[in-house]
Amino acid sequence: MALIVQAYVPKYFPSFAVYVDLPLLVTIFFAMARRNPVAGLFTGAIIGLVQDMLGSREIGIYGIAKTVVGYGASSLGVKLDVENAGARLLVTLGFYLVHSAVYFTVARGLVNSTQHWSWAHGVLAGLVNAFLGVILYFVLDRFKQRT
Amino acid sequence: MESFLGRYRNLIILVGVLFLQVLGLAVQVKTGANEDKDTRLIRMWALGAITPFERALVWVQNSTGNVWHNYFYLRGVRAENRQLKEQIEQMRVEQVRFTEDAAQARRLQTLLAFKEQFISKTVAAQVIGTSGSDLSRIVTLDKGENAGIRRDMAVITADGIVGKVLLVSPNLAQVLLISDQSSGVGAILDKSRLQGVLRGTANGEVALERVMSDEQVQPGETVLTSGGDQIFPKGLPVGTVTRVGKGKDLFLSINIKPAANLSRLEEVLVLTEKQERESVADDHVRVRAADILAQRLPSVPDKPATVGTPTGVAQGASESSVGANTATKPAGAPGTNAAGSVKSASGNSPAKSTTVPVQPGKTAAQTSVAQKPKPVNKPSTEPKPDGAQDPPATQPSIVEQKPAPVPAQPDTPPPAQDNSPQ
Repeated sequence: MALIVQAYVPKYFPSFAVYVDLPLLVTIFFAMARRNPVAGLFTGAIIGLVQDMLGSREIGIYGIAKTVVGYGASSLGVKLDVENAGARLLVTLGFYLVHSAVYFTVARGLVNSTQHWSWAHGVLAGLVNAFLGVILYFVLDRFKQRT
Repeated sequence: MESFLGRYRNLIILVGVLFLQVLGLAVQVKTGANEDKDTRLIRMWALGAITPFERALVWVQNSTGNVWHNYFYLRGVRAENRQLKEQIEQMRVEQVRFTEDAAQARRLQTLLAFKEQFISKTVAAQVIGTSGSDLSRIVTLDKGENAGIRRDMAVITADGIVGKVLLVSPNLAQVLLISDQSSGVGAILDKSRLQGVLRGTANGEVALERVMSDEQVQPGETVLTSGGDQIFPKGLPVGTVTRVGKGKDLFLSINIKPAANLSRLEEVLVLTEKQERESVADDHVRVRAADILAQRLPSVPDKPATVGTPTGVAQGASESSVGANTATKPAGAPGTNAAGSVKSASGNSPAKSTTVPVQPGKTAAQTSVAQKPKPVNKPSTEPKPDGAQDPPATQPSIVEQKPAPVPAQPDTPPPAQDNSPQ
């Protein structure tokens, strides 16, 4: 669902794709909820690979980045209490930056992409995703409780 | 072991998943030097992973060999040194001869305006590994981009051609041998000058293709590179014909034994730079084709000078005949002599022209240029009959002069015959 939204919304709001990464938010949520590093990394890997397949770049860049995020988020979920909004905000911001850094490293190092790193963009997009993530996690918590 | 796996199980799984994804990326990503990006990253990594071990093995092998040769195998070194010095002296003498022959060949080629490809720069490299497979005949060299090697450069040894560079990374290169099925080299037979394409066969041999079946090819004939593939310079040794048979369609099946030992390659040369230029003669003075041909023609020594030069004799003879003709010419017939059988290139009165004898061994043009033009006509002191005119001054004519017919006159002595030498 997140992938569908991520693919559909930029058709009308192009900046959505620049600043928001819904599949990442979903990865962080499910990884933290499951609290199992193996499950978290596989969740991130699958979501990332599918996200790659929707694009024209080589398949595996998002896969690697989200695998790392999934493993980290689930490991953190085991050790810390990430149920409150503040923690979730910080965790999401942090993991967005980690995700960007891994993506940038793989794209520049392996794929020889001409990607440029921008701290301003990274922090701004991280904050946008963090706030959006808090809202999304709240909604997803409701679904989880109902099921 | 089990406790290690159990303790770090999650991390191991993470590393495994990441590794698989990185491998997947490496299969997709193509890399290469400059614009030539058609080598997969995973291939470069595999080479990079294997070659350090190959380098280490070669280093150990070379070190062991050096220790043996430098410290243990000293027997006969002095005698070998002496023999080698003698060989060097002989080769120096031969080199002088070859230099002369090469200079002559270059002069002749200059005349025909042939273009040559000169090998101007090479890089020596050591073979450190092979593909390990019968299906692909590839060797790995211990030098790469950093040494100036690029894709599609020719690779040779002192004995003959080896192959071309297939793949390059910063510090190593792969060479596709001429015995590989996917290789193709433009070749030409030395004696018959038949051109063909050299290809490898499935069992690692080398064959010459595209030679028509009605051509004559003999076993033992040398094969050289034709230069048509734009990779190997023309004239490099390829090998010798071992067997000629009937091939597919209308072509011959010609087996070639490579000049270079492809199964025992140790060091090779990579041609990093070729220059295509017209061959220029070494001499500062431009040599004409006519001069070279003249040097080769058998020359006949000049005749010793006889009493009276040939031109003086001719002139004297012609003058005497002119004088005789003038004296006996009847009035009203001044043109008799002019209408005689003698031809003149200048159109002047032929009886008055000077004959320039052609010296043997030289052309008429050379002779005429060498001869100084002499005055042709002297004004006659004898009284002229009416109507007779002084002939105009003429240029020396190269044309053969026949004596003018003298009409028989009564009561007059017969005129002197013109015995001018021809």
